[in-house]
Amino acid sequence: MSALRGRAHRYGDNVDTDGIIPARYLNTSEVAELAAHCMEDLDAEFVRKVQPGDIVVGGENFGCGSSREHAPLAMGGAGVSCVIAKSFARIFFRNSINVGLPALVCPEAAGEIEDGDEVAVELRSGRIENVTQGRSYQAEPFPEFLQQIIAAGGLVAYTRERIAKR
Amino acid sequence: MGATITEKILAAHSGQQTVRPGQFVMAELDLMLGNDVTAPIAIEEFRKIGAKKLAGGARLVLVADHGTPNKDIKTAEQCRVMREFSREQGVQHFYDVGRAGIEHALLPEEGLVAPGECIIGADSHTCTYGAVGAFATGTGSTDLAVAMATGQCWLRVPESIKVVYRGERKPWVGGKDLILYTIGRISVSGALYQALEFCGEAIEALPMADRLTMCNMAIEAGAKNGIIAPDATTASFMDSVTSRDYRPMASDADAEYARTIEIDCSEIELQVALPALPEKARPVGEVGEVTIQQAVIGSCTNGRIEDMRAAAEILRGRKVHPEVRLIVIPATPRVQLEMVREGLAETFLEAGGVLSTPTCGPCLGYHMGVLAKGERAVATTNRNFVGRMGHQESEVYLAGPPVAAASAVLGRIGSPEELP
Ligand code: SF4
Repeated sequence: MSALRGRAHRYGDNVDTDGIIPARYLNTSEVAELAAHCMEDLDAEFVRKVQPGDIVVGGENFGCGSSREHAPLAMGGAGVSCVIAKSFARIFFRNSINVGLPALVCPEAAGEIEDGDEVAVELRSGRIENVTQGRSYQAEPFPEFLQQIIAAGGLVAYTRERIAKR
Repeated sequence: MGATITEKILAAHSGQQTVRPGQFVMAELDLMLGNDVTAPIAIEEFRKIGAKKLAGGARLVLVADHGTPNKDIKTAEQCRVMREFSREQGVQHFYDVGRAGIEHALLPEEGLVAPGECIIGADSHTCTYGAVGAFATGTGSTDLAVAMATGQCWLRVPESIKVVYRGERKPWVGGKDLILYTIGRISVSGALYQALEFCGEAIEALPMADRLTMCNMAIEAGAKNGIIAPDATTASFMDSVTSRDYRPMASDADAEYARTIEIDCSEIELQVALPALPEKARPVGEVGEVTIQQAVIGSCTNGRIEDMRAAAEILRGRKVHPEVRLIVIPATPRVQLEMVREGLAETFLEAGGVLSTPTCGPCLGYHMGVLAKGERAVATTNRNFVGRMGHQESEVYLAGPPVAAASAVLGRIGSPEELP
């Protein structure tokens, strides 16, 4: 796992999955199509602004609402390399881990990173560096069990390995 | 030290004597669920895992409920994926149009969920089944795919919050008001990653329909699951839907809770949650003058026959306000049939409402009542996020069936007491 690096797109508390990908686009699971509407009702400019590697920063309870995996898929498809938040809604968190979009819990970083800051993240250690502001933070480490899923490259790969070992 | 009902169910399903909050377990599942939005992705991932057959004994339920009867070609294709997969795998519990209802109303009605069971569903409101004393939680499609391939799901054992309800409910006040009030108190992240265990004399006095409504919205407080210990009400409900065996469980007296919240029901008024978060709950009398263009009675939260009866009682002999569109959606075919038999269908139609076939429809702004820019709706659904029911500048006010029905007549948000 190498360092992720990109500009921050900052949002507030309780960003919900209807905001990340509105239900009107749930009749498809094509990632490119989902990505084209990522954040549409929350920030209509997002799709135009986002660059590959960029990082989404949220407040408390990021990703609350529906179980739609379309949300982390749309974000990943739009080029988002990871999400940093004060806390995550649990289904969004597990979906992100499962589909391979890193979700880091770090209240200090989430509170201080400004929109547009350049941020680098070292996944293995959980180190977050705000290049623009010259500050660094330590995200909560992933529990060992989740590290195994992340290391395998997501839940599908992890399960494939498990089945093969049987 | 004792264990909570949630901990006991998770221990029993992961081959352990006891489990502690924070622990990760690989749980054996009794049931797994997907719908026309989440199952197509799960089926794709199931194939990527390399699985050929559903895991032995795995009980998979697939329900075509969100965009059905097919709202457009893409939805039709999603349903076709489910249909073909069900045929290929011999999925017994595939519910297609005619047999399909909104999943979380349908599964309890079909006797598919029971006390002590461990259930996941690729839908956030899977937590509804806690009402019968099961551990049930929402996951994503990939989790469902893995469950289909292995019969298991990874879970973190949650801490539990005990919510004790005392006192008697006021007239018209139901499970929806209790849960909106509770979310208003603890916020939409107040139970993040935790189990919400509802108990107390007011819960013991609560009918199953209201219990289902309360557990349904546990997710709206961020909870992993909502749960109510099985009692006589649970037993008689289960007897009415199935004759199969199950293992009821209950929390020990010395079980440990992250916190305990006490609520006096006698002080709870009819509730309305203002846009755009379910936590913005307040008594209907404090909402002020809010005109509406649409009222929706339905969804997995309040689309059961009891909800229809409550709404019909208010609408009987009255007319829907000329500037309001009342959309009534029975949650399942059985609810719809019962509505016809009891004359409720006639009541709604005579009042000037429309009656839809069972579907999630407008609840997620999908079809059958999508809102235009600037429009406001009162709905018996569970989410009022920005754009949830349509245009991002439309608004949703959440309430129970009595307030929704009364508001449809008044043309503004109000209570049954205000009706002439
Ligand atoms: S009725 Fe609404 S909340 Fe319930 S399952 Fe359908 S879309 Fe989800």
